[in-house]
Amino acid sequence: MIQLNANHLLYLLEAARWTVLLSLIAFLGGGLVGLPLALMRLSKIGLLRALAIGYIQLIQGTPLLIVLFLSYFGLGIVGYKLIPLVAAGISLTLYAAAFLGEIWRGCIEAVPRTQWEASDCLGLNRFQQYAYVVLPQAVRIAIPPTVGFMVQIVKNTSLASVIGFVELSRAGQIVNNSTFEPFVIFSAVALIYFVLCYPLSVAARTLERKAHAGR
Amino acid sequence: MPAADAIVRIENVVKDFGPLRVLDGVGFDVARGQTVAIVGRSGSGKSTLLRCIAGLETVQGGRIEVCGHPVGRPGSAARAQLRRDVGMVFQSYNLFPHLTVERNITLALTLVKKESKEAARKRAAEVLGLVGLTDKLRSYPEQLSGGQQQRVAIARSLALQPQVMLFDEVTSALDPELTSEVLAVMEDLARRGMTMISVTHEMGFARRVADLVVFMHQGKVWETGPTAELFANPRTAEFKQFVGSEL
Repeated sequence: MIQLNANHLLYLLEAARWTVLLSLIAFLGGGLVGLPLALMRLSKIGLLRALAIGYIQLIQGTPLLIVLFLSYFGLGIVGYKLIPLVAAGISLTLYAAAFLGEIWRGCIEAVPRTQWEASDCLGLNRFQQYAYVVLPQAVRIAIPPTVGFMVQIVKNTSLASVIGFVELSRAGQIVNNSTFEPFVIFSAVALIYFVLCYPLSVAARTLERKAHAGR
Repeated sequence: MPAADAIVRIENVVKDFGPLRVLDGVGFDVARGQTVAIVGRSGSGKSTLLRCIAGLETVQGGRIEVCGHPVGRPGSAARAQLRRDVGMVFQSYNLFPHLTVERNITLALTLVKKESKEAARKRAAEVLGLVGLTDKLRSYPEQLSGGQQQRVAIARSLALQPQVMLFDEVTSALDPELTSEVLAVMEDLARRGMTMISVTHEMGFARRVADLVVFMHQGKVWETGPTAELFANPRTAEFKQFVGSEL
């Protein structure tokens, strides 16, 4: 057994960088896919709505863990061997998109219908209504739940450890295997997660205040 | 009035909300420059009729024409024409809360009318002058009183130079002292020859300003005629009762 030392902590911190990277991939990917999903959900075209609803229900009704298994082991078997980072990035993107899509749909719907009517009466087309009237107001509403969901993403990246991606949780396991100090090590891991997530919550509150002050 | 003069023509309009018939064969004409007050109890269909004229509701039957064009479907050329011809002011103002007063007014000027920023700003200052709020250019809607917000909403509509203005109970959400400042703006508009159709509970305003009063009851035009005549000789028991209760 090896004595716990500063190198172990450094190792954890290095692994935390991968957690951050994976979170960013999931958030950016999820946002890029999630916004079109939200708009599809609100489309006047039935087929687009049905596709979006189907996708969202499929992903929301499936454990992220199974999506990870599918994209790593499943795709590997049929000849698309992805490296763990890519497999985890894709899985988390699919997952985040479904949730962000629903969150943002709700935020867009929270903008009063009368705003659509007023902008319609002024002659704005649907794109202009979205771009200049509805989305700017929806963004304000969306900030707190979106940042709240980012906290979920950061924590859920820990699932990527099961496909061998060495992020913070997997690194904790590795260090524990050699030192066998689970209480200390996983406390340190928990603390690092907290340090990553807490600023997000603070940022959400600050942004909310700013949005109000800027009016 | 000779039908050829009609700028708004409403013929036999039928509107259902599910099993409920809200408008049951409504029809009347509005001549250019006329001020029409649509009055009646809540649930009589008067606001729905106005929303049909504005194209915010689809009708199940009948015909509405503004400036010789049908209301049309969303996205149609007829609808685009309707948007150029008709301005609408709502009970709840419906200003865009994230934009300044100026941007509320210039938005459609730059996006829809493709005016330059300078031209749009100039126009915004002009119409704000008409409603007496030139000093509020840089304010946000929430910094204004209800009466001021409603005057900005009227200015925003006027900026697009519509042929017809529709007012949907525009003072119903306001305190009495704020009501009068909005009504003053509307009276001024009527004097300038704007064609106006106003759904209103303000009987004083209707008597003073309207050329034509349309009393609606149970989804029908129950009684209509030139204002003075109508109020002097109500023909139906319902209108008599309505006028009595409003006094």
